[in-house]
Amino acid sequence: MKDVAISIRGLSKAYTISHENIARRTFGEAVMRRIRRPLGDRRRAETFWALRDVSFDVQCGEIVGVIGRNGAGKSTLLKVLSQITEPTSGKIRVYGHVGSLLEVGTGFHAELTGRENIFLNGAILGMTRRQIRRQFDAIVDFAEVEKFLDTPVKRYSSGMYVRLAFAVAAHLEPEILVVDEVLAVGDAEFQRKCLGKMRDVARGGRTVLFVSHNMGAIRSLCQSGVVLEKGKVAFIGGVEEAVAAYRSAGTIEADPTIASLITQCHPNVQIESIHVNESPQHTLELESGAHQLDVSIQGVLHADLRMDIEAWITDSNDVTLAYFSAAHTSGVTRRCEKGTFDIRRSIALPRMLNAGQYFLGMRLTHHNVCGWMECARAVQIRAEGTPTATGQALSYSGGKGFFMLDEAVAPECEARFETARLS
Amino acid sequence: MADGDGVLVLRMNIAEFQSIVIPADAGNDRREATRDGSHAKPRQFKDIERRSRWSMIDPREIWQYRDLLFVLAMRDVKLRYRQALLGVCWVVLQPLLSAGVFAFVFGHVLKTPSDGVPYMVFCFAGMLVFNAFSGTLSRSSACIVGNSQLISKIYFPRLVLPLSTVFATLIDFAVGLALMFVILALGRIGLGWRVLLLPAWIVLAIGLAVGLGLYTCAAMVRYRDLQYVIPVLLQLILYASPIAYPMSAAPAHLRTWLYLNPLSSLLEACRWSLLGRGAISGPWILYSVTCVIVSLLIGATAFKRLERDFADVI
Repeated sequence: MKDVAISIRGLSKAYTISHENIARRTFGEAVMRRIRRPLGDRRRAETFWALRDVSFDVQCGEIVGVIGRNGAGKSTLLKVLSQITEPTSGKIRVYGHVGSLLEVGTGFHAELTGRENIFLNGAILGMTRRQIRRQFDAIVDFAEVEKFLDTPVKRYSSGMYVRLAFAVAAHLEPEILVVDEVLAVGDAEFQRKCLGKMRDVARGGRTVLFVSHNMGAIRSLCQSGVVLEKGKVAFIGGVEEAVAAYRSAGTIEADPTIASLITQCHPNVQIESIHVNESPQHTLELESGAHQLDVSIQGVLHADLRMDIEAWITDSNDVTLAYFSAAHTSGVTRRCEKGTFDIRRSIALPRMLNAGQYFLGMRLTHHNVCGWMECARAVQIRAEGTPTATGQALSYSGGKGFFMLDEAVAPECEARFETARLS
Repeated sequence: MADGDGVLVLRMNIAEFQSIVIPADAGNDRREATRDGSHAKPRQFKDIERRSRWSMIDPREIWQYRDLLFVLAMRDVKLRYRQALLGVCWVVLQPLLSAGVFAFVFGHVLKTPSDGVPYMVFCFAGMLVFNAFSGTLSRSSACIVGNSQLISKIYFPRLVLPLSTVFATLIDFAVGLALMFVILALGRIGLGWRVLLLPAWIVLAIGLAVGLGLYTCAAMVRYRDLQYVIPVLLQLILYASPIAYPMSAAPAHLRTWLYLNPLSSLLEACRWSLLGRGAISGPWILYSVTCVIVSLLIGATAFKRLERDFADVI
C-alpha cells in the first residue's frame, strides 16, 4: 500500500460576508464601534461556508483532479492547502513540502528584466537561489525567451510573459504540487507543452492536486477525481467516474427552462411556454437521426399584431452558422389576434449534421419591422452528429463545420468520371 | 555494476543527509513512524490548521526564507532608480538636498543655534538617524498592502515582507554615513571613540520603526486610512524631534516633553557620537531602549495575530 501524501480531515472554511462592509470601514468607526459594543457586533454579518467538513486522502505520486462548478470551493481548498489562508476548523496533514501554482506570474514585476524576474519569482515560489541557478538554463529553454532575458518584462508579448512565468513554476520541485486553472493561458502549442510538463512532474513520483474546468485535461492527466459541490465532497473515485458524476449532477440540477431565459419581451406579448422538440428544457440532446427542430411558443397577446418565429444557430463563440425566418422566405408575416396564441414552426436541419455543441436562439418578430420577444441561446443543442461508414461522426470542434455537404446526384457527373478513368 | 551501486548509495546518503540537516518545513514539524514499519526513516509531516491568536514568530521559518528576504529587498532597491536619468546618484542627492533645504531655512535664514558646529554638519547628523527611522517606517507600513497580489496567491512567512524593507534603509544609511564622513572631513571635525556607539543608536532607531511598522502594516490591511496617517505622523515627528535644533536650544520646561519622544535621546546620542556635542542622558536612553522593546513586542504580536486574516481581507 502506498503512503499518504495529504490527509484532509473535517476541513471547513467560513467567510464572513458583511452586509455593511465591515472590512473596509474606517479606523475611527472601528474604534467607536468597539467603545459602543465592546463584545463585538455580529448582527449584520452572515457566515458563508466555502468548505464544509471536507475529508479525503491523497496517496503519494497520485494526480488528483478537483472538479466542481464555480463557487464549489475548489480554489478555497487549494488556498487552504497552500497555507495562503487558514482553515476555520479541521486539519490537513501534508507529508512534504507543498508548492502551489494558483496563478501564473505571481510576483512578476513589470519593470524588472526576464533574468531578474526568474530569480524573484523562483524565490517567491519557495526555491533557493542555488536551486534557481541550477535550473536557470532549463527555465530559459522551456520559456524560449533567451534573446529577451535582459529586457524588462513589461516589453514582453503576453505570450512570452506567460511562458516565462509558467517555466519558472514548472521547475519547482516540491513533493506536493497544487495547481489551479493555470493551463487556460497561452496558445494551443504551449498548453500541450504545459500538460506534458505536468505529466513529467507526476511521473517523477510527486503528488499533484489539479483544479480545472477543462475535463479533457483532467481526464488525460489525473487518475482520480474529487467532485466538490457547494463546499462539500460530492464524489471521490476514479477520474472517469468523477467526470461523469460532475456532468450528470450539472444537468439535473441546473437545467433551466427555455422560457426563463428570455432576454427581451415587449409588454404586449406575454410568453407562457416555449418548447423545442417537445422539451421545455434548455439542454437538448440531438440524436443522429433527428432532422428537424419543432419550435412552439405559447402565450397571450394584449393587442393584435403581426409576428412569426425567427431562429438561428450559433456555435459556442456566438458565430452564426444558420438562420431561419419563415416570414423572410414567404415575404409575409402572419397576423395574430389578441388573446392566447400558439405558434409552431418546424426547422429542417441539414441531412448530415456534424457533432458538436450548438445554440439555438429565437425571436418573435414582425419581419423587418419590429421585434416582440428575444431569447438568445435559448437551447443548448448537443448534436451526436452523423456517423460515417467508419462509425465516427465528424465534429464541429474538429474543424469540419456545421454540416456535411451532400453529393449532388447528376447523371453526367458520373459519366464524366467514367470517361476520365477510362482515358 | 559496481559503479551503479555506488551512485545509488551516494544518492540515498544525500537524501538522508538533507533530511537531517535541513529542517524539513516551516511550522510544527513532527515525525511519525510509518504504519507498516518497513521504512526505517520516519516521515516528516506538517499540520495545517487554525493557529492560536497568540502564536509566536518562528525564526527558523524566516531563516528558511532568507533567500526570498534578500530577493525582495534587492527588488525594492533595484526598482527605486529604474528609468531614472540620474539612477543611483539619487541615493547621494536625496539626503544632501533635504539637509541642504534645512540648512538654508533653519541655519541661514532663521539662524538656529547648532551646538557650535556648522549647521549643515549638525543637521545632517540628525537627518541620518531620522531618515533611517522614517525610511523603515514608511516602507514597512506599506509593504503588505503594496504586495497584496503576493499575499493572496502564495504562501511565505508574511514577516519576510516588512523585514525585507530594512535592507533598503540600510543601503540609504550606508550612503548617508559615507557622506557624513566626507562632510566631517571637509569641516575638519575629528572622530573619537564615541563613534563606535553609533551603530547602537541606529539599530535602536530602526528597531523602533520596525516595531511601529509591523503594527501599522498589519492594521493597514483592514484600515487603509493609515496610509494617509503615516506621512503626516512622520512630518510631525520630524519637527517634534531635535533635528533642526539642538536639545540645548529647547526651552527647559519643554525638554521633558521632547524627551518623551523616544527618538529624541537617540538623535542627541547620535550627534554625541559623531560630533562630540550634545548631552547624552542615561535614563532617557534607557527609556528609549524600553520603548523599542515594547514596540517590537507589540508590533510582532499584533502582526502575528492579524496575519491570519491577511489573505481573506486584503
